[in-house]
Amino acid sequence: MSSPRKPGRSMRSRRALSGYLFIAPFLFGFLFFMVRPMAQSVIMSFQNVGLSAQSGVTHTPVGWANYLYAFTVDPEFNQMLVDEVVRMVTHSLATMVLAFMVALLLNQRFRGRGLARAIFFLPVILSSGVLVGIETDNSLIIGMKELITQSSNINISAALLGLLRTSGLGQPALEVVNNLMAAVYDIVMASGIQIVVFLSGLQTIPRSMYEAAEMEGSSPWESFWMVTFPIISPLLIVNMIYTIIDFFMKTDNLIMEKIHEEMFINLKYGYSSALSWIYFLVAILMVGISSLIIRQGVKRYE
Amino acid sequence: MSRPATARRAEGFLARNRKSGGQLLRQSLRRRVASLLRALMLFGLCFLILQPILDKISVSFMMEKDLYDTTIIVIPRNLTLENYQLTAQLLNLNTSMRNTALIALVSALLQIIACTLAGYGFARFDFPLKRLWFVCVILVIIIPPQTISSSLYLHFRYFDVLGIFTRLTGGPINLKGSPLPHLALSATAMGLKNGLYIFMIRQYFRSVPQSLEEAAYVDGASTFGTFVKVMLPQAVPILVSCFLFAFVWQWTDVFYTRLFLPTANTMYLSIRLSGLAESLRTYVSTRLGITSPPVGYIMQIISTGVLIVIAPLLAIYLFAQRYFIESISSTGLKD
Repeated sequence: MSSPRKPGRSMRSRRALSGYLFIAPFLFGFLFFMVRPMAQSVIMSFQNVGLSAQSGVTHTPVGWANYLYAFTVDPEFNQMLVDEVVRMVTHSLATMVLAFMVALLLNQRFRGRGLARAIFFLPVILSSGVLVGIETDNSLIIGMKELITQSSNINISAALLGLLRTSGLGQPALEVVNNLMAAVYDIVMASGIQIVVFLSGLQTIPRSMYEAAEMEGSSPWESFWMVTFPIISPLLIVNMIYTIIDFFMKTDNLIMEKIHEEMFINLKYGYSSALSWIYFLVAILMVGISSLIIRQGVKRYE
Repeated sequence: MSRPATARRAEGFLARNRKSGGQLLRQSLRRRVASLLRALMLFGLCFLILQPILDKISVSFMMEKDLYDTTIIVIPRNLTLENYQLTAQLLNLNTSMRNTALIALVSALLQIIACTLAGYGFARFDFPLKRLWFVCVILVIIIPPQTISSSLYLHFRYFDVLGIFTRLTGGPINLKGSPLPHLALSATAMGLKNGLYIFMIRQYFRSVPQSLEEAAYVDGASTFGTFVKVMLPQAVPILVSCFLFAFVWQWTDVFYTRLFLPTANTMYLSIRLSGLAESLRTYVSTRLGITSPPVGYIMQIISTGVLIVIAPLLAIYLFAQRYFIESISSTGLKD
């Protein structure tokens, strides 16, 4: 209020102006680097985009051809999409259960609790960018996985595999154990943020509520479902949405790799745009469906 | 503790146990078992997280022949630093570390400035279409940057604003090799996970009592002055957290780095690391005349590379762990 107030310009509109000034960088970025490329990539998904030395970029409209190609001609895309969605569902359910369980454990009082919390959060820092799947991602390595398990002691799970193989269990059982271990590892690595969110929710529940429940004669199991769960349930939605988005955005998932490959190796810009739009719509659909389901469930509890 | 004291305590315990009809013993046993199970489970899960790192540390100090010796587990027999020397050379460590640090620092700084401004704007001001724009922030969080990467790439590859550059230089300019597109994205809050930072910072500002600003306004401070002098000092913890997240994620990022930054001689840690196996192969074939190095050796060098890349991050995490965790736990709750 240092400047003298001009006539006809109320406090309210000045506040509105300052608000716009504050979000101006974001707005600019959003319009130019998000909306514009988005619109462009929608258009591109209906085109064949070619690069040529003289004229730069050439666009040839092809209608729905790219989308049709993805669903009817491309040999791997349908299968990939189904696989990804199935994996997403199992993965995010498992993540929620595990994160909630770990949060319950960490909410108790014991020595080394801070350390445990720090270790569970570590993957948030360390499993990003290149570090995701650097070992498995490598094109050189991919065909030689078996060789590694035989020839070196790099992998502890390899030793376990050997143990299982010699212990007389059948191949399927072995595979199940191995897949399960890999899955647990993936889930633990992806649940750092969720654990902390649940934990902070648990810490807001006053002790007196549990004491009151105990006085009323409820067992720990009952007070979990009657006290803990209803208070935490709004966080389920937050965490579920976060988990799904995180899963879909990971660079090591098959479809992301395919999109990247179509763009930078096959230089099919139009087709890769179409693929990413299909993928994005599926992701949004999944977020919508799951938050609807959880919201229904939460309502029942209230 | 002296012996009689423990004996006396045990006696007391038994006496009380008798009085409660065995209830006490059962209860304390149950508590012991529960805490043992808890310790086992937590240890197992923590080990699962740490094991790959520990494994890499052990492998990185081994000589290659130790890999094939089945009597050696975890502790190397022939300690060596050769792996580190070779990996540092292949990663081009000095240059790429400097470049990575510089780009991560600058872009994290720009991102946080833009996100703080936006977060404060959303938290404290009322303006038309505010809800719409906030939905846009949420959109930024949930739209994978990959969706728009192809058009963004072409946009900067043939960069032009309203045809100005075509008039001036006879064609659109190629911004692909320069860090400019990346910095432009960062300065406008469109970098890696920036929607999330805006959201977190907004949540934080909303929790600061409004009376602080009102007092400053009464004292005659301007809107921006109040923001800088009164509100920013309040928000230091969340800003530090967001900055650290931005820095750390930028450090390992391949997506934006590969999209915009120079590709000809990519002197960034993340890119060098993802191409490490390839450069090892070239190195081995030119130096030693072997076409392909053994797989175990490749894994060993990659492990060493990963360790080198994450070492600074681990150091940051060790000292600033509180910032990382507390920012997340404080934003998850309020909505």
